Amino acid sequence: MTAWAWVRLCAASCLLLATPVAVAQEPFITVASTTSTEESGLFGYLLPAFTKTTGIQVRVVAVGTGQALKIGERGDCDVVFIHDRPAELAFVERGFGIDRQEVMYNDFILVGTEADPAHVDGGEDIVAAFRMIAETKAPFVARGDDSGTSKAEMRFWKEAGIDPKSAGAGWYRDTGSGMGPTLNTAAAMDGYTLSDRGTWLSFKNKQHLTIVVEGDRRLFNQYGVMLVNPQKHPHVKRDLGESFIDWLISPDGQRTIAGYKINGTQLFFPDAKGSPS
Amino acid sequence: MNDFLGALVAAWQLVLSGDPTLIGIVSLSLSVSLTAVLLASVIGLPLGAALAVLRFPGRNAAVVVVNALMGLPPVVAGLFVYLLLSRSGPLGSLGLLFTPTAMVIAQVVLVSPIIAAVARQIVEDFWLEYRDLYILDGTSLVRTVSSLLWLGRFSLITAVLAGLGRAAAEVGAILIVGGNIAGVTRTMTTAIALETSRGDLSLALGLGIILLSLTLAINATAQFVRNTDRAAAV
Repeated sequence: MTAWAWVRLCAASCLLLATPVAVAQEPFITVASTTSTEESGLFGYLLPAFTKTTGIQVRVVAVGTGQALKIGERGDCDVVFIHDRPAELAFVERGFGIDRQEVMYNDFILVGTEADPAHVDGGEDIVAAFRMIAETKAPFVARGDDSGTSKAEMRFWKEAGIDPKSAGAGWYRDTGSGMGPTLNTAAAMDGYTLSDRGTWLSFKNKQHLTIVVEGDRRLFNQYGVMLVNPQKHPHVKRDLGESFIDWLISPDGQRTIAGYKINGTQLFFPDAKGSPS
Repeated sequence: MNDFLGALVAAWQLVLSGDPTLIGIVSLSLSVSLTAVLLASVIGLPLGAALAVLRFPGRNAAVVVVNALMGLPPVVAGLFVYLLLSRSGPLGSLGLLFTPTAMVIAQVVLVSPIIAAVARQIVEDFWLEYRDLYILDGTSLVRTVSSLLWLGRFSLITAVLAGLGRAAAEVGAILIVGGNIAGVTRTMTTAIALETSRGDLSLALGLGIILLSLTLAINATAQFVRNTDRAAAV
């Protein structure tokens, strides 16, 4: 075979391989959501049930809450499903989102190494624990990516009256990455970090990390869903997006959320208004 | 050592299981990267050859720009294509964001300069050697370029392979424009990034081993083609 024959063969096989790219699609919506819902495995469990009921495929782009809102603002998704109530309300206020519904909650936990250099293990006061970490200059690994978890962390530092970014001394490490990579970093440097419980439970590289603070009322973590405003972005699939939101807050959807467990532990607690649970 | 052993076991189990998800991810990776490299070759090879042959004011600057673009960070290329294809961007009405097509476009942007730059160097060497013949014959530019590309075809495989290496290995650009959507835009590299995030390091490295094996197979095939064809040509 000559070189040109090979080139033609390669070209033909490339085109053949590329054909699935152009295949006609079933009805689908694009949902911008958080890494916590994807990495915890919730979507892998939840979405097939929705698709089975409605025939609508859901394409999830899992990013930090800040980036998810940006994707919605630019009209690059139909639905936004995140966990930062103040930012969500502002998003609706500015006219980018409509029909916001609260869907479920879980909670944040403070994770640290078993050696516990800041002596915070067993505490129930997250702000006091943050103060202890700052005082002892124990390593703290921060998300720093404008995610819902990152914003919650910044609220706790503010309540503690500490500005960790100007604290110096190198104990506060801003990684600018998702929850999983941040947990990987914390595991590697025996640091503390704030995590959502869902990602923590499904995380497989825990090493010496363990939960040190949980149960504080302020660690409550509410998830909300909303449709991108079709008046701002006319291509938004309003009907399909609304059926997704309606299903999430329906008894059926809420039951499915409650049914997701890892090793018998429930990860998310449905709390849509009017839901039976 | 357990991690590495675990990765080998994970890779082996994945391959043996014939998991349809894995097959989907592998074939998407291959089709995106190979399509991108094909298109980038169509752009980059003639562009590189033309740069080698033509003499015009600003040629040096053009060569420097093409060479520098080899170092284009994937994240920047991804961001550029994202803003281009976003609904709020100039090509938003096409609705291409978060599709495999968007990933192909981003990789073409990344790979074309690599193929063009390497091709420019290879063709220029041939050009310096045979320039007088072409000029004596009064050959047209198009004929000169295609004739030089044909002369250098064995060496130019390296240019294409360099481009393929970049396309198959990068994650930054396709993560931004593809969104790593399960079953739609999840490729080998974005799946590796996701499994690392989930702390499943063995599975992540296992996927990496499979990706590396595929790259190895493609390069071995190219080497085989080059050897047999060169033998036939001599």
